[in-house]
Amino acid sequence: MASRRPVRWHIAVFLAPAVLVYTALMIIPLFGTLAQSLMNVTEAGERVFVGLANFATLFGDALWSDAFWNALGNNSWFFVIHMAVQNPIGIALAAILSTPRLRMAAFYRTAIFIPTILSFVVVGFVWKLILSPIWGIAPGMLEAVGLGSLFAPWLGREDYALTTLALISVWQFVGIPMMLIYAALLSIPDEVIEAAEMDGITGGAQFWKIKLPLILPAIGIISILTFVGNFNAFDLIYVAQGALAGPDFSTDILGTFLYRTFFGFQLQLGDPYMGSAIAGAMFGIILIGVCIYLFGIQTRLRRYQF
Amino acid sequence: MGARGSTGRTIAAHAVLLTYTLIALFPVFVIVINSFKSRKAIFSDPLALPLPGTFDLVGYETVLKQGDFVLYFQNSLIVTVASLFFVLLFGAMAAFALSEYRFRGNMLTGLYLALGIMIPIRLGTVAILELMVASGLVNTLTALVLVYTAQGLPLAVFILAEFMKTVSDDLKNAGRIDGLSEYRIFFSLVLPLVRPAMATVAVFTMIPIWNDLWFPLILAPAEQTKTVTLGAQVFIGQFVTNWNAVLAALSLAIVPVLVLYLIFSRHLIRGITAGAVK
Repeated sequence: MASRRPVRWHIAVFLAPAVLVYTALMIIPLFGTLAQSLMNVTEAGERVFVGLANFATLFGDALWSDAFWNALGNNSWFFVIHMAVQNPIGIALAAILSTPRLRMAAFYRTAIFIPTILSFVVVGFVWKLILSPIWGIAPGMLEAVGLGSLFAPWLGREDYALTTLALISVWQFVGIPMMLIYAALLSIPDEVIEAAEMDGITGGAQFWKIKLPLILPAIGIISILTFVGNFNAFDLIYVAQGALAGPDFSTDILGTFLYRTFFGFQLQLGDPYMGSAIAGAMFGIILIGVCIYLFGIQTRLRRYQF
Repeated sequence: MGARGSTGRTIAAHAVLLTYTLIALFPVFVIVINSFKSRKAIFSDPLALPLPGTFDLVGYETVLKQGDFVLYFQNSLIVTVASLFFVLLFGAMAAFALSEYRFRGNMLTGLYLALGIMIPIRLGTVAILELMVASGLVNTLTALVLVYTAQGLPLAVFILAEFMKTVSDDLKNAGRIDGLSEYRIFFSLVLPLVRPAMATVAVFTMIPIWNDLWFPLILAPAEQTKTVTLGAQVFIGQFVTNWNAVLAALSLAIVPVLVLYLIFSRHLIRGITAGAVK
């Protein structure tokens, strides 16, 4: 049968550009980088295959591993803050926005999403200004409500800087969970809500018992998007604290660590092989996260077809 | 319950949303109002609106006299528009092939393209840079366009394919009976119908491209090819004490993406509901 059918060239024509560009610039470089992470140069400058030696250095040699584990720990904390603050706020805002017949809902939605479209350069700079102890809008405002003593130079202190930056990032990206959850809430059919109302389930109880279980798949999606986004973050730290992720590397995450290693900084030369190894480690972490999501979480979530 | 309870709830809802809107917009507001003020006024009262006594355009004059900023804008615009064009065109074509035809490898191609939604393209940076060096594309806008096209395609294909499944078969078959080629069916029947989804994809593709710092920093840091985001970052470094100029530069960097977002935002929710979160 199939042999009698003419070759449908148009399918290939439709697919070719996307597949070619994607393969050439995404898949091949990704595997190229992974392959390079297994290489290194000898003292004579020859490229040799070294197996997992780069990873052993990265995880075990104190010269590298201290920085690596520090970056990984910081990155995990960065992610925890996003999960604990960004996503609940996003869900709450979406739930409020989806109140039926709420006026100006479109305005709120548009306005709350605006930080998300801003460049990291803008976000980093403006928050540095606001939190600056010298120019100080923040100290002035805290003063005005009688909490002036609470102010500290948050971005400059080792114990606060990372949390502060994570919260700035939360501020910037809260629009994404809000939009996705809002869309999920809108797609719940009216009959379901009406049936709940007939049974006397309204307000908060309706949200917890009816709507929340229905939007769990969307919450799963935003969790994995947050995970991937956080473990590949770089820009905000770079614009706010520089490539050295100060003070004293307390805000160093995997992205800034990769940048510093690959390109070098100050007197240290860049090292593409160790850089590739860090990229490989990041790839592994993201892959583990995605697999946990795909096989551990997504398959267990019940989906409802309307 | 009754009307009273629901009025109370509505007021509470507005109070929460209004508070959060203020939190979201306050920093933008701070940048924009101060960019129109004289240096002295920026420091003496950062929260005051620009008044006749304190109004000053010196920041904008500095930025525009610097000259390069116009070039940076042009670069960002070229890169963003070109990448967007290719993402939408190639993405829609691939999405059409995947959603319209049954062929061997359909599932597999779909999964292969979807990989890129989860795996960030940045992890391949080391090899991408080598590739660009080898092909002589370092410090060209072409390098950025290529990378951003690859970066945007996976999500575009995914959303558009979901959306194209909803286009009625009768319409396409009617076209086939009228003797339209598959290409004509795609370009003149299907594409116009998926415009809302294209708008959603456009927003999601455009924002990270316009704001990206990583690839311009690595692939095209030359003066001739700097994008606005990188330019503003360097500018902040150089003019660290000239706050008028920095604030004006940042305000200018916000405008284009804000305008595009406001144009597309009406379609945004419609597109998301139809596609991504099913």
